[in-house]
Amino acid sequence: MSTTTTITRGTTMFGDYFSRALIAGVGLALVAGPLGCFVVWRRMAYFGDTMAHSALLGVALSILLSINMTLGVFAVAALVAGALIVLQRQATLSTDALLGILSHSTLAVGLVLVGFITTVRIDLMGFLFGDILAVSVEDIAIIYGGGLAILVILVLAWRPLLASTVSPELAEAEGLRPEASRLVLMILMASVIAIAMKLVGVLLITSLLIIPAATARRLSATPEMMAAVAAVLGAIAVVGGLFGSRTWDTASGPSIVVMALLIFLVSLAVPVTRLFGRREETHGT
Amino acid sequence: MDARVQRETLITLSNAGVTRGGRTLVSGVDLTIARGEIVTLIGPNGSGKSTTAKLATGVFKPSTGTVVRKPGLRIGYVPQKLTIDWTLPLTVDRLMTLTGRYTSSEIHAALEAVGAARLLKAAVQELSGGEFQRVLFARAMIRKPDLLVLDEPVQGVDFSGEVALYELVRQIRDTTQSGILMISHDLHVVMAETDTVICLNGHVCCRGTPSAVQRSPEYLKLFGERAAGSLAIYQHHHDHEHHDDGCVTPEGHEHDHHDHAGHDHVR
Repeated sequence: MSTTTTITRGTTMFGDYFSRALIAGVGLALVAGPLGCFVVWRRMAYFGDTMAHSALLGVALSILLSINMTLGVFAVAALVAGALIVLQRQATLSTDALLGILSHSTLAVGLVLVGFITTVRIDLMGFLFGDILAVSVEDIAIIYGGGLAILVILVLAWRPLLASTVSPELAEAEGLRPEASRLVLMILMASVIAIAMKLVGVLLITSLLIIPAATARRLSATPEMMAAVAAVLGAIAVVGGLFGSRTWDTASGPSIVVMALLIFLVSLAVPVTRLFGRREETHGT
Repeated sequence: MDARVQRETLITLSNAGVTRGGRTLVSGVDLTIARGEIVTLIGPNGSGKSTTAKLATGVFKPSTGTVVRKPGLRIGYVPQKLTIDWTLPLTVDRLMTLTGRYTSSEIHAALEAVGAARLLKAAVQELSGGEFQRVLFARAMIRKPDLLVLDEPVQGVDFSGEVALYELVRQIRDTTQSGILMISHDLHVVMAETDTVICLNGHVCCRGTPSAVQRSPEYLKLFGERAAGSLAIYQHHHDHEHHDDGCVTPEGHEHDHHDHAGHDHVR
């Protein structure tokens, strides 16, 4: 396996924990920004939160069944997304209520299960709020490998994804498959949650998806631009947050989120006169 | 004069129906659309107009009967309602390539055709109802569709805009020779160029040329005496040639050629 070479190279390249945290965080932000745009456009914030909360259940199950934790978290998040789709089809409770049930019950079941695990010492706070300063070189490999795969899929599926976001009906009528797009999006979200959990924790993952995307909206004229701006803003939040946490000795995951929030607040101060999206001068019509 | 005798059939619905969650939305719809033909669906709310259109576009699969499309049928769709949230930054330019790739000259030409070229760089959220509708027309047209499906295309457009949009539909039909399936937002309003009006009320209630439907007892029964003779038939301003093969009703309903008579708008 080539991991040994990666590691030996890694020890020089990713020498200290702080650079590893920076590299991992920036990698995550570059993926979370564009994907987060879809979360914002499709009003899936609560949905994302629900999937993220289920990640703790994924952690507990992976330990109990001794399977790879990233895979376990991915599987549980994807299952929760699937369960939601099935429940939505029954059309008994509102989506809102269903999300509330799934979100908190998966979190609670996860917490209870973690309590049962006595063989391994589990850093619960680490899973809830993340421990980006503890990322290993392998974690970075997973983030960049997985992140690259997510971005490639996102680029390839971009047009149908966007079209079905604007109008599923229109997309379907014109020969695209909105149901497939939805499935792709859910799988991508489950993947991002799986790779992000260690870094920012289950309670803060969705903030990395939503806050940079929401900030990017005011600065963008097209969906593609918004995705790119969100990625850059997310990366800035990671770098700023990490340096902030080092300077003031604050918790790293929350500091990143606070930094993202600060950027968002600053963006609100940008004058509303839109730089983009203005029609050509209309003369007397 | 025009040789449309052997027009290519684009889509055929035979005895098609949709049942959803135990409820029959529409049943027994027979409908054929050929190239260059305009078919208009009218009927009360919940009568299955949109459902029928969705059968044609493939959004709904028929629970009963069949829907046969010409192989490779390209559909352009103007949806009934399309609200684009502010969170999604979308210029007209970008909207044009929503479901396919087009060059900027194609985009320009399509927008030019609907008189919306100056809106190219505008954000869609800034457009007025009429402007947005025109842009949606252009977006559907750029695909060079074989079949154009218009779900209540003039809803929320003011009166003069409505007339202009109908004129546009006529132009699109004339220049592209696409078939057009249109749902009328108003029971009593049908374009003059419509070849076949299909009046729905959970099933096909009556059909024929606009003026034939206007006089049919089923139409009068469905919409009451008040509606008698009030089927407004929109005409464009210029005089034009009529084609004589207006009606394609498979049952061979009595059909007459539309005669620019019913111009009594109910507004």
